[in-house]
Amino acid sequence: MSFLTAENMTGGYGAADILHDCTITAEEGEIAVIVGPNGAGKSTAMKAVFGMLDIHTGSVKLDGEDITKLSPQARVAKGMAFVPQTNNVFPTISVEENLEMGAFLREDDISKTMEQVYELFPILKDKRRQNAGELSGGQRQQVAVGRALMTQPKLLMLDEPTAGVSPIVMDELFDRIIEVARSGISILMVEQNARQALNIADKGYVLVQGRNKFTDTGEALLANPEVRKSFLGG
Amino acid sequence: MEGMEILNALAVFSNYVLVPALTYGSQLALGALGVTLIYGVLRFSNFAHGDTMAFGTMVVILFTWLFQSWGISFGPLPTALLALPFGILVCIALVLLSDKFVYRFYRRKKAAPVIFMIASMGVMFVMNGLVRFIISPKDIQFRDGERFIIKAREFKQMFGLDEGVAIKVTQGITVVIAIVVVIALFWFLNRTRTGKSMRAFSDNEDLALLSGINPDKVVMITWMIAAALATIAGTLYGLDKSFKAFTYFMLLLPIFASAIVGGLGSPLGAIAGGYLIAFTEIMLTYAYKKVAEYMVPGDEWEADSLMQLLSTDYKFAVSFMILLLVLLFRPTGIFKGKSV
Repeated sequence: MSFLTAENMTGGYGAADILHDCTITAEEGEIAVIVGPNGAGKSTAMKAVFGMLDIHTGSVKLDGEDITKLSPQARVAKGMAFVPQTNNVFPTISVEENLEMGAFLREDDISKTMEQVYELFPILKDKRRQNAGELSGGQRQQVAVGRALMTQPKLLMLDEPTAGVSPIVMDELFDRIIEVARSGISILMVEQNARQALNIADKGYVLVQGRNKFTDTGEALLANPEVRKSFLGG
Repeated sequence: MEGMEILNALAVFSNYVLVPALTYGSQLALGALGVTLIYGVLRFSNFAHGDTMAFGTMVVILFTWLFQSWGISFGPLPTALLALPFGILVCIALVLLSDKFVYRFYRRKKAAPVIFMIASMGVMFVMNGLVRFIISPKDIQFRDGERFIIKAREFKQMFGLDEGVAIKVTQGITVVIAIVVVIALFWFLNRTRTGKSMRAFSDNEDLALLSGINPDKVVMITWMIAAALATIAGTLYGLDKSFKAFTYFMLLLPIFASAIVGGLGSPLGAIAGGYLIAFTEIMLTYAYKKVAEYMVPGDEWEADSLMQLLSTDYKFAVSFMILLLVLLFRPTGIFKGKSV
């Protein structure tokens, strides 16, 4: 049994379903990546896992516990953390305060976790007194990931973390994400940059129109001629 | 004596412009802070703020009368200061009730800000009626204790000038209380967990929810602070001038102007906006005749007009003009608040 098992999810925002029998799983300390064409329901699948979207069939289990009916806030308390694609920092409060707010639910000493986030993203330590809104796109993504890590999650979900950042920053961010996974945290990530993302993925999901089209290891998907032809540009 | 002339001009200016504008500015700043906090956290322009000030002040007046009837006084200071905490508590209670019965319904429905604004106008009318019904729409003086910190005559004797600067007790109290309240508020917002969560909530509501910040608690605390600020601002204004329900309703315009000029949602902006509006209002409507006569060398010259740019009747037009200019050229205000 996987650490995260979101099985047979069917649902959408209104009357029409976007997801159809979609299954996503993630193992402990591994990186799972959802890729696919525009409008395939990648972000929707992630939102369904996080409880931001009603699914009328299927279930979401975290560490064996059924959390299908829980609100996103309650899922945070269960060890999920979500980094939205946009508006993912508090712009007019400082970097350090952003991290503090990430740990809002925690009653214990957060200084050690904050030190770990600063170790992971050293630039944030230098900029900790600066408002998050004044940082560059890449640095802001680091704040966003750092904020999510402050709850000491067991599953970190990232919605297109590299959207709008330069290729160099993207590589850098992926390196950090691998580092986070090595510390034992499961990662579920939606990515536009399919090839690079599958490169670091232990498991990849290719979604098309809300359905699982291909599911395999990242390596195997990259080698699959059909996936290459249709989704990776040859 | 040339130097004396300039000092006399300065004394006249301080007496009629500097001291009153600092006082009025402090009162506006406290009022605007309440408006800006509500805007930042609840995301609507609270039209009931002027009448919240009136309600809080009314309770303070009632307690002042009660204390006076018991023979309790605060020595040289106004008895109203002793009544202030009670006024704040009752005002908080009323504002929380208004949230429970009016605003919460619209929050559940995720109503647009304009609907909240119109609901707040309803609350405004109810509060206004309540105040007129309980304490009458008349002009009420409730100041007691000493009147002056420094009288004009004493000032003249002290510095050997022809012109004096009088500082009223209420003016001194206003400035001192405003400074203390602002320091306390900023300490709360910047240093405490709850204060930080308020700023985070104001910044990005969705992310605040994801971080586990309780929206109900943030909203409640914001109302409590706004009610306390409104009562303090209203009481200080009433002590300095007088209490009248209609005047407090009219204060809404300069208070909103202050909050918008400073940048809605920005506490620092509300303070800067308050003083900016107060100083422009008073400086543009002051008759500079006497100041000019002291400033122009030679004894013989006499100004042939009052040298007043605008009649004091246009006081409110000044706030309106500043408001228009800001909205035209810098819609987010001086301190880059949320755009309106």
